Amino acid sequence: MRGLVQQLILGVLLGGLYGLAAAGLSLVFGVLRVLNVAHGELIMLGGYLAFGLVTLLGLDPFVALLLVIPLSASLGALLYAGLFRFIVRHGEETRIKNSLLVGFGLALTFQALAVRLFTADERSITTAYRGRALALGGVVVPLGRLLSLLVALLLIALLHAFLRRARWGQAIRATAEDWEAASLLGIDVRRAYGLAFAIGTALAGAAGTLVSLGYSISPSIGLEWTLKALIVIVLAGLGSAFGTFVGGVVLGCAEALSAVVFGGAYREVVGLLLFFCVLVARPQGLFGRS
Amino acid sequence: MLEVQDLDAAYGELRALAGVSVRVGSDEIVALVGSNGAGKTTLLRCIAGLTRPRAGRILWQGQDLGVLAPHRVVERGVAMVPEGRRLFGHMTVEENLSLGAFSLRARPARQATLDRVYQIFPRLAERRRQLAGALSGGEQQMVAIGRALMTRPSLLMLDEPSLGLAPRVVESLLGVLLEINRAGVAVFLVEQNVRAALDLAHRAYLLEHGRVVGQGRGAEVLADPEVRRAYLGPLAVEP
Repeated sequence: MRGLVQQLILGVLLGGLYGLAAAGLSLVFGVLRVLNVAHGELIMLGGYLAFGLVTLLGLDPFVALLLVIPLSASLGALLYAGLFRFIVRHGEETRIKNSLLVGFGLALTFQALAVRLFTADERSITTAYRGRALALGGVVVPLGRLLSLLVALLLIALLHAFLRRARWGQAIRATAEDWEAASLLGIDVRRAYGLAFAIGTALAGAAGTLVSLGYSISPSIGLEWTLKALIVIVLAGLGSAFGTFVGGVVLGCAEALSAVVFGGAYREVVGLLLFFCVLVARPQGLFGRS
Repeated sequence: MLEVQDLDAAYGELRALAGVSVRVGSDEIVALVGSNGAGKTTLLRCIAGLTRPRAGRILWQGQDLGVLAPHRVVERGVAMVPEGRRLFGHMTVEENLSLGAFSLRARPARQATLDRVYQIFPRLAERRRQLAGALSGGEQQMVAIGRALMTRPSLLMLDEPSLGLAPRVVESLLGVLLEINRAGVAVFLVEQNVRAALDLAHRAYLLEHGRVVGQGRGAEVLADPEVRRAYLGPLAVEP
């Protein structure tokens, strides 16, 4: 029983990062209708950026996060202006196809670049508090991962508030729902797209920072994170930042449970099974709108 | 004043407009009638910047709109209520209306315009916190018109505002258009409800297969035997 609770706690902690990783991808997919399969690589790059800031400048990883977010947003703005801007000119079906092609190209490029720059070794940020943990009645909660989860939740809350309250946040939601109607109200749809992509990339960078803090990064982790994010999006549906976060936690817990019940080898299978079941039973996602 | 000159538009190989010229004066209500697929919606989409014309010019207050993105057209005072209303169904009535004041042109006067819209449509004031998707068809059309008014247009274009609404609701909506026009907004109205549109309009154009085949004062077009036969049915009585 204690082992189960322990695994579940670790599952929630990891699931929060799944949720954060998916929130960025979900925003980009929901607003631009492009599927950026290089999202995991953006997470990977964010991780290395944070790793560099921590090891070279001696910053605390949570301070580094404050730099990673604007830097990642800038990278996102560049990617939009240089590549994705040309994709959103097309109809919805063409957008998806073209974005898959561009995304795979980007993913390979970023991976190769990362191997070149950082070698293929696994890295992770070590801090004074990395080894510390809270002991609660026999189960252990690693402090760094707990802080990461809280930061992820905070970022999701900020995203939610921005989309609800801010002028451009509302413009992004309107664009996601009906871009033609949005443009007829004076909203610059291209700008809303660029902004959404920059925010999505910033969220990926933040997720990467937290991954390198609590877990580890290497140039090849991208695809795995893209897959997790996709599963979470299918699980949660589009249109709600908190829903996406909860979807991430559900996936984390399901993986943890399956590891306990079937053994670690089946960890990855359960996510794909969930993916399949939700697609069959509730295609709009658990919290999504049809 | 809006002046469309020799406009050509096409979707791929399919010609939608062929040399269309129309004019809407700054204090007019002008109706555009014609059968399905005549090119009415295409004409409005071209003016709004949603569809690029192949040839011809769209002059608004002396300036060519043909190359501007839709949000730039809105900033110059031309608003469009699209067919099917196209509300943001997951947002409240007030959020929908507020988004209409997005452009720099409209933002400073947001609250004043909002009060005015609620004055025109008291029903919307009652429902301001409800989701737009949960309203009745007539109320949704009020939101769509209100949202366009929030952009503070000098020209308001409407694509089939009466579609799917009860006759009584249509009547009150058309009354509102008259009121809006009297407040100094030009109205360009695309309607299937030909009789109602021609009754209301100062002038009208008849569009067929992408060409203007008739024009004149609303009552004149309504009296045209061809129009009566095609749009009002063989049994239509003389006005």
